[in-house]
Amino acid sequence: MKQFDVVVVGGGHAGTEAAAAAARRGARVALISQALAQVGTMSCNPSIGGLGKGHLVREVDALDGLMARAADDAGIHYRMLNRSKGLAVQGPRLQADRRRYRASIHRQLADYPNVTLIEGEATALETQGAVTTGAILADGTRLETRAIVLATGTFLGGKIFRGLDRAAGGRIDERPANLLGEQLRALSLPMGRLKTGTPPRLDGRTIDWARLEPQPSDVDPWRMSPMTNTPRLPQLACAITRTSERTHDVIRRGLATSPLFSGDIEGGGPRYCPSIEDKVHRFGDRDGHQIFLEPEGLDDAWIYPNGISTSLDVETQTAMVRTISGLERAQIVQHGYAVEYDYIDPRSLDHRLALGAIPGVFCAGQLNGTTGYEEAAAQGVVAGLNAAAYACDLEPMIVDRARGYIGVMIDDLVLQGVSEPYRMLTARAEYRLALRADNAETRLSEWAGSLGALTARRQEHVRRRSRMREAARAGDDRTASADIVREVAEDRRYAPYLERQSEEVERMRRDGNIAIFTDGAALRTIPGLSTEMIERLELASPRTLDEASRVRGVTPAAIAALWLHARKRSA
Amino acid sequence: MTDTIFALSSGRPPAAIAVIRISGPKARSAGGALAGSLPPPRTAGLRRLRDRHDATLDQALTLFFPGPATATGEDLVELHLHGGRAVVAAIEAELALLPGVRLAEPGEFTRRALSNGRLDLAQAEGLADLLEAETEMQRRAALAMAEGGLSRTVTEWLDALSMASARIEAELDFGDEDDVAQASAFDPASLTPVIEAMVAMLDRPPVERLRDGVVVVLAGPRNAGKSSLFNALLGRPAAIVTDIAGTTRDVLEASVVRDGIPFRLVDTAGLAEETADPIEAIGIERARALLDAADIILWLGDLEDAPPQAVTIGARADERSYRADCYDHVVSIHTPATIDALWSGIASRAARSLGDLSGIVPHRRHRELIGRALVELRHIGGGDLLLDAEHLRIANLALGTILGRDATEAMLDALFGRFCLGK
Repeated sequence: MKQFDVVVVGGGHAGTEAAAAAARRGARVALISQALAQVGTMSCNPSIGGLGKGHLVREVDALDGLMARAADDAGIHYRMLNRSKGLAVQGPRLQADRRRYRASIHRQLADYPNVTLIEGEATALETQGAVTTGAILADGTRLETRAIVLATGTFLGGKIFRGLDRAAGGRIDERPANLLGEQLRALSLPMGRLKTGTPPRLDGRTIDWARLEPQPSDVDPWRMSPMTNTPRLPQLACAITRTSERTHDVIRRGLATSPLFSGDIEGGGPRYCPSIEDKVHRFGDRDGHQIFLEPEGLDDAWIYPNGISTSLDVETQTAMVRTISGLERAQIVQHGYAVEYDYIDPRSLDHRLALGAIPGVFCAGQLNGTTGYEEAAAQGVVAGLNAAAYACDLEPMIVDRARGYIGVMIDDLVLQGVSEPYRMLTARAEYRLALRADNAETRLSEWAGSLGALTARRQEHVRRRSRMREAARAGDDRTASADIVREVAEDRRYAPYLERQSEEVERMRRDGNIAIFTDGAALRTIPGLSTEMIERLELASPRTLDEASRVRGVTPAAIAALWLHARKRSA
Repeated sequence: MTDTIFALSSGRPPAAIAVIRISGPKARSAGGALAGSLPPPRTAGLRRLRDRHDATLDQALTLFFPGPATATGEDLVELHLHGGRAVVAAIEAELALLPGVRLAEPGEFTRRALSNGRLDLAQAEGLADLLEAETEMQRRAALAMAEGGLSRTVTEWLDALSMASARIEAELDFGDEDDVAQASAFDPASLTPVIEAMVAMLDRPPVERLRDGVVVVLAGPRNAGKSSLFNALLGRPAAIVTDIAGTTRDVLEASVVRDGIPFRLVDTAGLAEETADPIEAIGIERARALLDAADIILWLGDLEDAPPQAVTIGARADERSYRADCYDHVVSIHTPATIDALWSGIASRAARSLGDLSGIVPHRRHRELIGRALVELRHIGGGDLLLDAEHLRIANLALGTILGRDATEAMLDALFGRFCLGK
């Protein structure tokens, strides 16, 4: 019998962050993965960050997570998006060498003595009464634990589609996790299907680079994490090409075998990351779509053509690629495919990412209906911190909408649910001028430190940087590093706006104190709530009036009724 | 459990017909208790209404509307009674005896419609005005509001602003993608039509003006005949009239409706340079202040002293002679035709200054929110997209508050519908 405080199922971006975060709060953690060698794998594009996503990476880093440092360990192309547009919407983004990224995650996890890696398939959760007591593996091993974090990615009920071919799995050559999925379905949790996809990978040696427009790495040596102090790896250039009318003709001819259009895929895909066949279908008038050719590694010839994710059949994929400028002779080394997988309606979670139905079970990542490594990692941190809190009787750690993009995302997820895979956008944040990628440390680190969620090394780093920041704010830039000087200058520039927003935040937090009951029985006693409103509120179970106002489809009239009721009760 | 409420929803009896509405979970059973049986939903049926001792109270047209598609969102029963006081009183008394059924509090039907999502805030405000409306003009304006006139206008503005937001957000979040670069960039001039429409809305007289009336001030030197004209315009002796100069020492007000427009007629103390009477001095002070607040000034004095925009009156035409072409109106209280002509002049000037009142008349709450949004929109210059986005966000928030709705989702829909985004 092995005893743990927290068992994490899944070794992707959410799982590894959850394990490390729980360990930082002092929990004894087990991380279960079907293939330990795959822990920390970037299964889709080889990049980390971007608009909104880069903010999440910086916030994960400010909470002492792994992602930003792994990205810096593996960065072979740095690009600050929106460089001309103000720090609040600048998105740090980099291309990572896949192998080095995975190696860094392995190395960082190994630094946590209280994290045990276990190879196997988790097949069941064990509960006694309403309390989580353990996890069972396929080989019969039983792990005793008080809290479980599910971070199964696309593996729960995963099904791969390519043309008319079908395979079970969450990634090529890897098995799905079906037994666990069946158990969750048997618990009648609200679940649904979502879809994602990848493009074919190309052999870079067969691409005619000379014909394409190169995109070099940024020259100034910025890094994803302020903790990083090693020099950059050698930098590679990306290149840009585009589809043509000929490409679109090939795609239209191949649509007959497309699982997307045959109705075989029931899960919804994201509007902002459509497959190339979707783009051709929905935006038929465009004569071309941009493709970024992104190297996957320093000592590896694979190229990721960002922009042509597809599940068309193999022959069509090959013909399609050959119509693209610079790719006329390109060899496909792995064909694109679509994955459909189970997700849990995130409205069944609370702001800790805890599952209401089974105390002790937390969920993170694509399982909750998001897309992207960064969204997964950010949820992993929150789920891990709170699983440790639950198992070890510590204070919960909830990031609210005013403190970070992490809070915006989780609030959106648990109150509004998803209708397509959720992706972070800066437009989703009300307090965007305050929630900048450059001040994540200021917003989160001290708070995390006060709750015992930082390693000793990070604590020291935060203390040192706080002193620099204070000096810079007082007008003394001599000791401060360049990024802190910029941060302080940006604060000054936006000061009147920040002040106005902080008033708004205060109002939000004050209204947030008006507690409401949202179990069905209590809701039914409130005059003026329709059955539809009762259902929506019961599903999302907001705890305060402010949260209720953000539940999708809840009318102002219903909010008024809740408010009247709450006021009457307190009178 | 929600109470079931009832109330007379037509005018005060006696009248030809009185309509009693019953709303709430027990509406159906309450209606049934009186009528024996209810006709099928949304169908009128003649029923004999009886009390608990089986005595007939009235013969009434009876209708049943099942919730939630009703005015209040609840089950609703309407009894169209003979409109005598005794009949209405008897039916009300009988209903009040039923358990869980009570007389509605003022505004309670509207409150329920709002709570049940049958009305948005602006519509509810319009409905409240409608119930209070006393003149034809007030009624038309309130009806426009209750039917969602303002809601529709604000929704159109929000749609336009969503599109502007979507353009800015596309540039901010997806600026490196060629789809977005191809689409024309955000142009602050695209906001001009919305800004102009908002300015025009703010230029409309506020609803308070409609409710309280157009202010018509009679002004001029002492003993010019102001009070006599005041009485003549009202058609009753409201002001004391004497030959003694300075009789009117304070301000006198009276309300009157002409051509469907409510007016507040104000008689003022005669304007004198000096007075030894401290009370008259205060009156003169007030008169001067009123001249500033007036919508229409009727000036009974020397032409060269007339305030700008004033309607010049040659008064006491029976006693004095005027050159008719120098004055807007020459009147005598002894010649009713001259008073009627003056009234038509005042009414047409009022109608002009009120503008098109069949349209929407914003409340003070609406004006404040529209004004707040306008200030933000005027700050948008296309320079710093981030700040433009912030100004748009606050503007959206303010306009959304008029209806009570969140604008973010609409903006995201516009964003994704317009551009092919994502690599």
